[in-house]
Amino acid sequence: MKPPRFDYLIPRSLDEALGVLAQHGEDAKVLAGGQSLVPLLNFRLVRPAHLLDLNDVAGLAGIRVDDGHLTIGAMTRQRAVETSALVRERCPLLAEAMPQIGHVQIRNRGTIGGSLAHADPAAELPAVVAALDGELVLRSARGERVLTPDRYFVAYLTTAAEPDELLVEVRVPVTPPRTGVAFLEVSRRHGDFALVGVAATVTVDEAGVCTAGALALTGVGPTPVVARDAVRTLVGARPTPAAFEEVGRRVVAGLRPDGDLHASSEYRAQLARVLSARALARAAERAAAGAERAKSDRR
Amino acid sequence: MIERTVRVTVNGRRVEKTVEVRKTLADFLRDDLDLTGTHLGCEHGVCGACTVIVDGAAVRSCLLFAAQMDGHEIETVEGLANGETLDPLQEAFREHHGLQCGFCTPGFLMTLTCLLRECPNPSDAQVREAISGNLCRCTGYRNIVTAALTAARSRAASARP
Repeated sequence: MKPPRFDYLIPRSLDEALGVLAQHGEDAKVLAGGQSLVPLLNFRLVRPAHLLDLNDVAGLAGIRVDDGHLTIGAMTRQRAVETSALVRERCPLLAEAMPQIGHVQIRNRGTIGGSLAHADPAAELPAVVAALDGELVLRSARGERVLTPDRYFVAYLTTAAEPDELLVEVRVPVTPPRTGVAFLEVSRRHGDFALVGVAATVTVDEAGVCTAGALALTGVGPTPVVARDAVRTLVGARPTPAAFEEVGRRVVAGLRPDGDLHASSEYRAQLARVLSARALARAAERAAAGAERAKSDRR
Repeated sequence: MIERTVRVTVNGRRVEKTVEVRKTLADFLRDDLDLTGTHLGCEHGVCGACTVIVDGAAVRSCLLFAAQMDGHEIETVEGLANGETLDPLQEAFREHHGLQCGFCTPGFLMTLTCLLRECPNPSDAQVREAISGNLCRCTGYRNIVTAALTAARSRAASARP
């Protein structure tokens, strides 16, 4: 239960960090908040030759809005995102998902980039970024790449980042008006990894008809599962329980989740169906409430 | 590097030590500083027994390296009591039987110390949410919650003129 020996590197700048990765990328592990990596080190499930600590690199943390996007630096602590008024206002889905990640002691240290780089299929953040069609910004000494979630998340605990590349920030679009969001999950105990989680958004027009929606799930595949086709049926429809239940059925029609000790494949599929319908219903309710508020503000 | 000299403040005391970089903060506190109040249960971030406060935030000391702590401020359970006088939260734990074997207690105390600083008048639900990352296998959580709520009330009462 003690980590194996490693060479510890503390770069002070991004360029310095990228230089180390260019040289040692294959044998190096990047230490962000350490809430997933340090347990793996303690168990000796990973034995990197070099541990590259990003905690003293300047400029990797911060939350800003520009150009219709909310941009979050990779080293921003999850707790900082959770308590950010900017995030609550501009990206309520992210704000709602944050407190469902682990426990407060984990979020005090854990970072947004660390979770996205770890790419655990049960984790909340990959699904949120996938539902929102976010962008993941990778840097290396060779330059910059911007990947969409479907290109970035490759497989279980695997991303498209090359050994010399570092995730430096994530961008998500600012949530448009008359849009409601919901993040729901079922776990065996509060703070445990969820069996299944669902991130949902619904946008309605002034007449209350759905104009857009998005749905992404955790825990039902090796990467976040985005239910694009299933949600498309909502566009032009009235937000009714029947419409959401239909989406739920379509979501699971194409799913074959792996079963394990904690939940069978059938139970995960059932959770995916029920939570999808529930999350969409809650998002639609909030969208309608938001549209009402906008109307009365204008009066 | 495989060793690093760190300057840290622990319970208000400045300390300078050279540590092997793979040594966790928990082992550093226990083995190098003889602060054995911080307990190690699972050593992989699940049980919360090793919770300490770093720069004002409750964190798992088994998931940090001492080498990362240069320039940082650490509070451990040893910093709560003033000599023989218990902190109001510790007093409330004793009063309300918030512990049996006491193994998990330092972690609970540090987690709740942080909560009461950020949220001096928490609800029952807020206390339960705050301690959801700390495991106790003896008492159950009812008495711990009662102790936390009592400590919050007694702090509020003593703050009143």
